[in-house]
Amino acid sequence: MQGKDSNMTKGAVTAELRGLYAIWYRELLVFMREPSRLVGSIIQPLLWLVIFGTGVGSIIEPGTISGVDYQQFLFPGILVMTVLYGSLFFGLYIILDKRIDFLKEVLVAPLRKSTMFFGKALGGSTDGLLQIIILMVLGAIFFGIHFTLLSIILTFIIVSLLLISITSLGLAIGSLMDSPEGFGLISSFAIFPLFFLSGALFPVRNLPDWLKTVVMINPVSYAVDALRSVILGITGYSLLLDFSVLIIFTALTVITGTWAFKRIKL
Amino acid sequence: MPLIQIKNLTRKFEDFTAVDNVSLDIDEGEIFGLLGPNGAGKTTILSMLATLLSPTSGEALICGHDIVKNPTQVRHCIGFVFQDPSSDDLLTGRENLYLHALMYGVRKSEINRKIDEGLMLVDLTDKQHVKMRKYSGGMRRRLELARGFLHNPKVLFLDEPTLGLDPQTRESLWIYIKKLSVENKITIILTTHYMEEADKLCDRIGIIDRGKIIALDTPFNFKKNMGGDLVSISTSNPDLPSLEKIACITQVKYEHDLLSLTVDDAGRHLQEILAHVGEALKVEIHSPTLHDVFLKLTGKRMREGSGGGEGGWMTRSMHAGKR
Repeated sequence: MQGKDSNMTKGAVTAELRGLYAIWYRELLVFMREPSRLVGSIIQPLLWLVIFGTGVGSIIEPGTISGVDYQQFLFPGILVMTVLYGSLFFGLYIILDKRIDFLKEVLVAPLRKSTMFFGKALGGSTDGLLQIIILMVLGAIFFGIHFTLLSIILTFIIVSLLLISITSLGLAIGSLMDSPEGFGLISSFAIFPLFFLSGALFPVRNLPDWLKTVVMINPVSYAVDALRSVILGITGYSLLLDFSVLIIFTALTVITGTWAFKRIKL
Repeated sequence: MPLIQIKNLTRKFEDFTAVDNVSLDIDEGEIFGLLGPNGAGKTTILSMLATLLSPTSGEALICGHDIVKNPTQVRHCIGFVFQDPSSDDLLTGRENLYLHALMYGVRKSEINRKIDEGLMLVDLTDKQHVKMRKYSGGMRRRLELARGFLHNPKVLFLDEPTLGLDPQTRESLWIYIKKLSVENKITIILTTHYMEEADKLCDRIGIIDRGKIIALDTPFNFKKNMGGDLVSISTSNPDLPSLEKIACITQVKYEHDLLSLTVDDAGRHLQEILAHVGEALKVEIHSPTLHDVFLKLTGKRMREGSGGGEGGWMTRSMHAGKR
């Protein structure tokens, strides 16, 4: 009896894992099927690096920001920006899927709601990771970023944590909102402060205290800081603090996302 | 025991009662139709049974599982073909079926065989590697139908399965639905506002209006209870007294050379009737349709052509999976 029970549980776990795989795989298939989407998602960050990076770089003495060019200094911040915009807007698809019956096809499946949520979140995160990999390759070729095996691995870990948390946040907002317009409003309110107050565009060290405090409250700052430290060797906070904050932030957003997804209204 | 038991199911949206105290038993293997105009509450009932929407009050058991207490078990034994498109435009037909098989727990060793079978049943084998955005509305419906059957559900919900399709496509879909239900021995609940669809497909029909089931019977009985067929004969010299003696004739009317008879099963007794009519210039038999039934029950005509969904399906299908 005992043995039979545990067998059934194993079967149930396998079923959930296959469901998770299906939902993840679908996001990836759809993403890969339209190369224009991938290219489009790379162009905005590249414009920032090339135009904003060159523009601001031209008024800063080379090497004055911790010994690197502004463009290189900007690079980790642009990775974070790519994650923020790409992943948060991933939640928008849930609203669009609500308008047709596509989401129902998933919701009627005999899977746990948390499995569905994780499938979506991992799918969105994988899309984001592909963009980041392309940007890293371009960074190494055209922007003089030097990667080592260790820095590549650490970059992946930091970016993945941020991807999962921001995707979860996007999915949470998408689950609770009914209209794309509402989503746009809420997410703009979320993205701009998260991005501008993260130190992605400027060093935090010389900021006035009030702004420094705001940056410290923003969890995204720790991703920027960690990436800058791993990729460029510029240290702000300690890596231990960075990772602790990111892990807690990821846990909280995943819990929030799962909670919101379970309450999804059709 | 009935496979589906619905007791006093009610759903309110703020002040509006979409489903009002519906009770219903549906047996295994039955094709049951919920027939009613747009907004009558059909889709809301299906959504509750499929655990997508929780009832305000009342309960329902599907395959013995409570829709509120055991939604996951319920979802294990159902399939759903939605009113609006629910497949991914950018993926091929086969990919959509494959993802469904994974999500709905089709055994790994059976996935390919089931997909091949499903594609064959709906005649889409040669289109399986084409992206869904190139499918016509009818092809898309057929694929989603095959998908609904793919994981061998005990109960299948079809929400307006032929909405917005042209008449030929509609009739061919009926054939597919019949075929699939017979071959897989599946209990089907479908909603429709097409009388003909309910008539052709369903073993039993519940007529629903404003959230209430106002009548429940087989299509045959519904029509029979209308009091038989109407026979109109143009003739100048009928033998009225003998006609009135024929048992199957319940009503005789003769005005302006037009003889109107109400007859049980007119097709069978026509010969006998005509023998007493004399020279008939023209004979017309009108069998009561569900239209007449609906008109009699609700006092209003059901609009078939217009309504919210019509055409909307196609428009919405163009946005489906656009990402």
